[in-house]
Amino acid sequence: MSEEATRDRFGQALLQLAREDKNVVAMDCDLGRSTRSFHITEADESRFLEMGISEQDMISTAAGMAHEGKIVFVNTFAVFATGRCFDQIRQQLSLARLNVKVCGSSAGLTQGPDGATHQSVLDVSLMRSLPNMVVIVPADGPQTEAAVRAAYDHQGPVYLRLSRYDRKNVYEEGYSHDIYKAVELREGKDAAIVVCGPILDHALDAAELLARGGVSAGVINIPVVKPLDRESVIKAAEKYCVLVVVEEHSVYGGLGSAVAEVVAEMKRTDKAIVAREGIKDDFGESGTADDLLNKHELDAEGIAKKVMRNI
Amino acid sequence: MSMEEKQLAVLEAKAKEIRFELLQMFGSGKYHHFGGSLSCVEIVTALYFYKMNYSFENRDSPTRDRFIMSKGHSVPTQYVILSMLGFFPPEELRTIKQLGSILQGHPDINKTPGIEAPTGSLGQGLSYANGIALAARLDGNDFNIYVVMGDGELQSGQVWEAAMTTSHYRLNNMRVIIDLNGYQSQGCVEESLAIEPLEEKWRSFGWRAARINGHDISEVCRALDETDNRGEPCVIIAETVKGKGISAIEGTFRGHNYALTEDEYIDACDELAIPDGEQE
Repeated sequence: MSEEATRDRFGQALLQLAREDKNVVAMDCDLGRSTRSFHITEADESRFLEMGISEQDMISTAAGMAHEGKIVFVNTFAVFATGRCFDQIRQQLSLARLNVKVCGSSAGLTQGPDGATHQSVLDVSLMRSLPNMVVIVPADGPQTEAAVRAAYDHQGPVYLRLSRYDRKNVYEEGYSHDIYKAVELREGKDAAIVVCGPILDHALDAAELLARGGVSAGVINIPVVKPLDRESVIKAAEKYCVLVVVEEHSVYGGLGSAVAEVVAEMKRTDKAIVAREGIKDDFGESGTADDLLNKHELDAEGIAKKVMRNI
Repeated sequence: MSMEEKQLAVLEAKAKEIRFELLQMFGSGKYHHFGGSLSCVEIVTALYFYKMNYSFENRDSPTRDRFIMSKGHSVPTQYVILSMLGFFPPEELRTIKQLGSILQGHPDINKTPGIEAPTGSLGQGLSYANGIALAARLDGNDFNIYVVMGDGELQSGQVWEAAMTTSHYRLNNMRVIIDLNGYQSQGCVEESLAIEPLEEKWRSFGWRAARINGHDISEVCRALDETDNRGEPCVIIAETVKGKGISAIEGTFRGHNYALTEDEYIDACDELAIPDGEQE
């Protein structure tokens, strides 16, 4: 099966939207060929705006365009897209509810060799804290295509977390689920792995490894971290004894926190324990994507180990 | 009186009325951004009542001129003017910064009719204005965008990112007016973090620059007219006095965010009162 990174499908989906709607615009901070936002020029060169290395200016400029009816996809590496211009996103997108889609590329540890300065492991936490912000972390090509469409359809700010990590696709083409709903891809009895992003593929392999060892683990994919599909999380917490939430992100403020918050507030005592498994209050470092996932136990074997430790 | 003199007299009367309304809105014993609101009165008056193609009636026209209060803490001056233009009843002015008011401490595009730019956290207005200009270019619309900026605000790096973007994209319908009142929250701008020489800075970023007296409304109008059809972005550096009109705080930084005592308020009412003969 062919492999692709979510950024690749993002670029294609953006181009498709630009062909359909002349109000779709893309901006980038000197990374358009990496983030794939540059693809939009195949539809219309005038709707790609190179903003130079000035993320704050990019966000505020996008806000102004959105005020005039444009649907603006702003692009750069996730670490800069969310951190360097957090205040502009807070004041001019989140508070003002303007229709800008912040696309954070090369997110997570799998950014790889550039190291901690360029790896984004706090972005979901930052964006999830903002009122009016939708946060989507697609796992593969088909889900990314649906995510880009959902971002376009939503009137208001969206954070779209994208990756450069090549994985084989999990979903069929023409993603048939509601992007805002959790998908239970595999049922289990002993625990469920709850996951977002491209390590979904590893979570499924982990469940397979566990099955060989006699442990029955389910896999639940939650692509939209905010607004969280609370209903599915509650159902999962009633069905399973343990929810092991794995993400390529800090254990503070990401999907693990979001799930834990919902389960903690459930008014019953017989509910799942939530284990937040990700990057433990740390930064990344240089290394290959696979080595880094291995070190942080976010590859198939690592995720299987995490499940074994929690059941 | 010639037509020009008549027009000027009307504008001067408007400015007086706006200062008086600002004082009534602020009252005594409550903290408000007196200094910057009072220093930009002539600038904002000239824009709304002389220069801009903007009214309540054409508020949704895609070709209306746009106004951006980048120094968002001075939005009370804009509130007074918007109420005069019919965007909301003047009684609303008394509710400023109260819980549930449509008039927030800083501009809110979703709560206040006529406010078009979310600012307050400084340095973001020109970028936002550039976005409006870029969208207008894509849509084939032609109008001017007027951005009022503070002098302290120029210490923000994003202002200069935006100044580069304006000239790079040749957004020649961009007009910035700097309310150079000389003071920021904690002291004198030049002592806090020097921003001068301003003309050289802006010119080197590809802008046409002029310096005027920002309280002489005829000079403000003339400077705005001189930016017409220039084929380049223009900045007007308007020298003003912080807290202009209220001697208790005039020309000081302490009036930046200040609560007038009852006595100061009474004195200010006398200072800003409009003589009977001059009332409309």
